[in-house]
Amino acid sequence: MTRLALTLAYLLGATALAATPALAQNRLKVGLMLPYTGTYARLGDAITNGFKLAVDENGGQLGGARVEYFTVDDESNPAKGPENASLLVKRDKVDVLVGTVHSGVALAMYKVARDTGALLVIPNAGADELTGPLCAPNVFRTSFSAWQPSYATGKVVADRGHRKVVTLTWKYSFGEQSVRGFKEAFENAGGEVLKEMYLPFPHVEFQSYLTEIAALKPDAVYVFFAGGGAVKFVKDYAAAGLKDRIPLYGLGFLTEGTLDAQGDAAQGLLTALHYADGLDIPKDRAFRAAYRKAYGEEPDVYAVQGYDAAQLLHAGLQAVGGDVSRRDALVKAMENASIESPRGTFTLSKAHNPIQDFYLRQVVGNQNKVIGVAAAKLADPARGCRM
Amino acid sequence: MRSTRPVRAFLVAAVTLLALVPLVTSEFYHELLTKIMIMAIFAMSLDLLVGFTGLVSFGHAAFFGVAAYALILVAPQYQAASLWWTLPAAMLSAALAALVIGLFVLRTRGIYFIMVTLAFAQMVYFVFHDTPLGGGSDGVYLYFRPTVTFAGLEIIRLDDTSHFYYLVLVLMVTVYALLRTLLRSPFGHALMGIKANVHRMRALGFPVFRYQLASFTLAGALAGLAGYLSACQYGFVNPEIVSWHESGNVLLMVILGGQGTLHGAAAGAFAFVLLQHLLATVTEHWQLPLGAAIVLLVLFLPGGLASIPQRFRRLLGTESEPADVEPR
Amino acid sequence: MDLVSFLIQLLNGVQYGLLLFLVASGLTLTFGIMGIINLAHGSFYMMGAYMAFTLTSLTGSLALALLLGVFLSIALGVALEWALFRHLYHRDHLEQVLLTYGLILIFEELRSIIVGNDVHGVPIPGLLDHSIPLTDTLSYPVYRLLMSAVCLLIAGAMYVLIQRSRLGMMIRAGASNREMVQSLGINIGLVYRLVFALGVALAAFAGMLAAPVTSVFPNMGSQVLIICFVVVVIGGIGSVWGAFVAALLIGLADTFGKVLFPDLAGITIYLLMAAILLWRPEGLTRRAGP
Repeated sequence: MTRLALTLAYLLGATALAATPALAQNRLKVGLMLPYTGTYARLGDAITNGFKLAVDENGGQLGGARVEYFTVDDESNPAKGPENASLLVKRDKVDVLVGTVHSGVALAMYKVARDTGALLVIPNAGADELTGPLCAPNVFRTSFSAWQPSYATGKVVADRGHRKVVTLTWKYSFGEQSVRGFKEAFENAGGEVLKEMYLPFPHVEFQSYLTEIAALKPDAVYVFFAGGGAVKFVKDYAAAGLKDRIPLYGLGFLTEGTLDAQGDAAQGLLTALHYADGLDIPKDRAFRAAYRKAYGEEPDVYAVQGYDAAQLLHAGLQAVGGDVSRRDALVKAMENASIESPRGTFTLSKAHNPIQDFYLRQVVGNQNKVIGVAAAKLADPARGCRM
Repeated sequence: MRSTRPVRAFLVAAVTLLALVPLVTSEFYHELLTKIMIMAIFAMSLDLLVGFTGLVSFGHAAFFGVAAYALILVAPQYQAASLWWTLPAAMLSAALAALVIGLFVLRTRGIYFIMVTLAFAQMVYFVFHDTPLGGGSDGVYLYFRPTVTFAGLEIIRLDDTSHFYYLVLVLMVTVYALLRTLLRSPFGHALMGIKANVHRMRALGFPVFRYQLASFTLAGALAGLAGYLSACQYGFVNPEIVSWHESGNVLLMVILGGQGTLHGAAAGAFAFVLLQHLLATVTEHWQLPLGAAIVLLVLFLPGGLASIPQRFRRLLGTESEPADVEPR
Repeated sequence: MDLVSFLIQLLNGVQYGLLLFLVASGLTLTFGIMGIINLAHGSFYMMGAYMAFTLTSLTGSLALALLLGVFLSIALGVALEWALFRHLYHRDHLEQVLLTYGLILIFEELRSIIVGNDVHGVPIPGLLDHSIPLTDTLSYPVYRLLMSAVCLLIAGAMYVLIQRSRLGMMIRAGASNREMVQSLGINIGLVYRLVFALGVALAAFAGMLAAPVTSVFPNMGSQVLIICFVVVVIGGIGSVWGAFVAALLIGLADTFGKVLFPDLAGITIYLLMAAILLWRPEGLTRRAGP
């Protein structure tokens, strides 16, 4: 009976909340749906910090609208994705959804955004289709598509004279998309992929693949791994004695936030990403100083993506005087915005994905030092986007 | 096996209340309650196995998932399919999966059964996760919800949250009534006999294996109904719905509510989802209090929520110790 | 696949299998002897790995961390048995599943609160941090070879303990008839407590031993748990010898599955399990004693 009473109280309380008249005028309700627990918790925190830093720099506003936050921990669990997103949109009545890291969860958020018309800004998830076949006027991305860094890395590997390559990644959508992007650039430049190897996600027992790589003797190896898998792979690759014999290339995530754990095994590795340490950009220096001051730690690429999500909203809202109800004008202004990002200024493609530089980075100490540009002003081809 | 009068009164009150809910709450809470009712169907289907056949399955999410995927795979991508054939197709797929898996797992007993069902569910998980069949780890969309037409008219619009709400409510009550009737039949008595004492039933000449397989298949089909509805509700299916955590959660609902009562399983679904929801709004470390609650529940309330009235009465001295031999 | 590659893959499979055995042996002991299904067993593996990380950074030595970690995990095992598990011996499996499921949630959340969600590496001790060249391109890390040796050593010690020692006799007797043993004046409660603590220590030790090569990350426990279930199912519940054979089988199936049938890599071990269950529903060694 108490359970019932609780349920009732809960439902009635909710009704009362829902009945409060919304003070929509020049307020922006932001729904942050990010991982705050689990494997990607650190990424969720960095994105949130970056976003809030940009808002705070604007005096708690974006384009004249006072920002109110609503937060949900998505746990990187796609099974709960639709429910969590609809909680923000339908219960909290947020104007814009910001999230998330995990592509599967982002696709669930996309589904809710599509059904409800809510604005969605994606500060990390790289699934190609979000700004490809699924592209929509109310969906924006401030990070990257899987294709972009993969294509850039493919170019680098070909430019450095490697002809025969083996690829290895987890068998899941992002992994497969990253191999596709890499192959496109690498084979266009005349390279040959000897073998595409996949291991089940999220397995980290690499030994049998390393044995195969050693037997195939390619010119180079291309991988995508992140987080715990990245740490382990880089260490195993070095321990198998392959590091000095067959050069290893990967997306920047291979060495992002993992360098302390990887230690010596990562030294000298080359990766491509849209952010790097040691960029000679005034905005980056200012951003890093402000971030350090606010949070007492160095920002990373995720913090930048969160920061730019807020900047993009700021640009859009400025054009409509902070009135989020003027949706068409808002979207138009966001589409045409030129964002002065710590990674360098970027604009958006027609499918709402950043057109940006991809840097070639080398691991030195515990930094991913920029040593060049792998692909300048690289735009995702947005295949299948009819917008 | 008969439900007592107060329980029946409580159930009628609960269903009436549920029927009135859409009139007062916001859309979000319809959806939450719809989800809970779907979970209640799911939990009741598992209760048929756990509470009435004595089969503790730790892989029930597999059948939920098979039907959810089946809906999306059989429905054409760019137009709405009819519920009249997609629902039977999805439930049939789940039943078929349960039949095949049942042939393997029912050869085992006890702890073995728990682990083997878990392992088979994990296999289903990897099939959806690693093959291009259902969009891999990112999952697949259902762009158009099924239509429900009768004589050329669309009688229920699944896109309308309150239509969908009432459909799920009706189905939940139907499943409850169906299982009740079934359990009162000779078939149901045989199942309960198997739960109480397999050896005796076998000695009496009952084809135990066939009864268990029938129960397992039926439970799979009903889990499939829940899976189908869930896929309809969110229009998005992902391998995580087959993960062992989901199998664990539904088992938890059954135990939380009290196994072997059907309405207990449904109550467990309500309690569990709401508890999870409440805890998650209070703290980001919600798994800690949830885990602690589960541990305490097992230690101090072995009969689940459904045993509370009984305990209460016993405390007041109005009822003698229950005879635990008879299945509740 | 040429012969050299084949042999190296064989080594990979055996090495993975031996590590699995270490974790699964504790699981099969608690199943077989106490009749307890313990889902939280994977968490002990996870805790071991995190202990290796924390203790190595505190003491600066992996060996010292291993020693401390074993004592800590035995203490944890004794405490858990005393506080929770001894209440479960007479309960049905359902409640065991539930309680240990709750424990997983608690352990994962405590891990998140205490150590955080970051991925950590554990350095391989300098003395062992090199590789032996096997072919012109491939070397094999010494630490991995040593790991396998340690696993074999422990497997041998367990065999002696269970088959040859007085404690082992009590364990075996207690598994088959608890009351009888008790009436003979043996404190079966104490035996159970020791066995449980041993199981926890084995899983934690496996986690610690593996930490330098696997790195340390959230949810590492549940990955291992499911595979260990498969090992125990194939091996036959309660049989340490069965777990040994099954772990090697799984190690080899997983390794060669990845090489030969890459598209089915995730499913290989489950197919193997299904096949073995068809052949022998009670596992390879049907309760032939531990």
